[in-house]
Amino acid sequence: MFNFNIVSSWIHGLLTGVMPEWAAILIESIVVALVIITLYAIFAILLIYMERKICAFFQCRLGPMRVGPYGTIQVLSDVLKMMTKEVINLRQTDHFLHNMAPFLVVTASMVTFACLPWNAGAQIIDFNVGVFFFLAISSLGVVGILLAGWSSNNKYSLIGAMRSGAQIISYELSIGMTMLTMICLTGTMSFSEICAQQATEGWNIFRGHLPAVIAFLIYLVAGNAECNRGPFDLPESESELTAGYHTEYSGMHFGYYYLAEYLNLFICAGMASTIFLGGWAPLHIAGLDGFNMVMDYIPGAVWFIGKTFFVVFLLMWLRWTFPRLRIDQILSLEWKYLVPISMINLILMALIVSFGLHF
Amino acid sequence: MNFTLFVTALLTGISFVAVVTILARLISPRSFNAQKEEPYECGIPTRGRSWMQFRVGYYLFAILFLMFDVETMFLFPWAVVMRSLGPAGLLSVLFFLFILVLGLAYAWRKGALKWQ
Repeated sequence: MFNFNIVSSWIHGLLTGVMPEWAAILIESIVVALVIITLYAIFAILLIYMERKICAFFQCRLGPMRVGPYGTIQVLSDVLKMMTKEVINLRQTDHFLHNMAPFLVVTASMVTFACLPWNAGAQIIDFNVGVFFFLAISSLGVVGILLAGWSSNNKYSLIGAMRSGAQIISYELSIGMTMLTMICLTGTMSFSEICAQQATEGWNIFRGHLPAVIAFLIYLVAGNAECNRGPFDLPESESELTAGYHTEYSGMHFGYYYLAEYLNLFICAGMASTIFLGGWAPLHIAGLDGFNMVMDYIPGAVWFIGKTFFVVFLLMWLRWTFPRLRIDQILSLEWKYLVPISMINLILMALIVSFGLHF
Repeated sequence: MNFTLFVTALLTGISFVAVVTILARLISPRSFNAQKEEPYECGIPTRGRSWMQFRVGYYLFAILFLMFDVETMFLFPWAVVMRSLGPAGLLSVLFFLFILVLGLAYAWRKGALKWQ
């Protein structure tokens, strides 16, 4: 497999040859920042277009068709429209918190976005406690949502934010537990090592057989709830709360929440593909050497993006198929079913790993 | 290097929001209207503020979450070194989990998980 480290160390060598080290690092940081923003915008736009089209096809409609061929530049023109709309500050809101909330939400999703492993060596933030870091940063987003609802001084926003807070922190538990289950199997918390291990030994979902499959299903449910989507979208249920916690945001302020919501979906799917489905590791079947050789020629980034979009499609399918739940049903699903199941699953995985029953 | 990149990503997020907000404020129209500054609820003027007491159920779940999240945090280091710790580590973690399940069972029995 191609390792992206060759490219980055070549650029570093080239830059340190003509300038002092601090200037080289500064330039590299700026390049990294531009790459993050570009990818962030591209994937948000892609996902919004994909969601609108998939939603339309599920409902036997065509979806956006007018702006550009098959409506492809509809989302871009929406972004342009949002930029040119007035940002309204209401009279009775808490202005400081109201303006601060988008910062928290977008920053949390951007930093977690930088944790995704795109290819061997092509990962921006790679701590040895990667999974832990990811969980810590991703829960910053909840603070932003709670602040948004609280500072708006609007009952709909407050109810939406409270529901969202209760739901996200509850389901974060399941996400933590399922990731813990997989860390038992891999024995490392760094995303690059998890992927490298899966490239040589096979994808985790195959290696850990039964507990890994259960963990993957729980992760999908919890991830869907974490993104405030699908059957769990009652923080912003349009029919009862107008728009939930971002009712009072207008123009680009609303745009940040829209962006962060879709990026969170992408990050959630990306984590599923990293931890369970092998990240950039190609599909290998033991014994079929020719097949494995062909699969090795497909670049890692293609594998990663392909798996991620597969999971994204699964989540969208869930969203447009099931009706919305009530808040008590959501909380009892988490606390009475998912938490006990994932605890038992963790013990099962620990037993399987310590007796060497995994592949 | 990793911390540099972390700070880079953090600053990218903050400056992205700041720059785009300033840009949007520059190019967007601005008009004043007394009705526009009202909170959007249902058409008639809102009654009272919404910074008020809220139902306690949400806080109960937050407290429960705190307990279990701290537990998950303690389990992460164990999961990494699980293979080298062997059966002794497994037994002690099982005991730890048993106490936690007892806590969940207590909360369940007391009706903290029921939404009423």
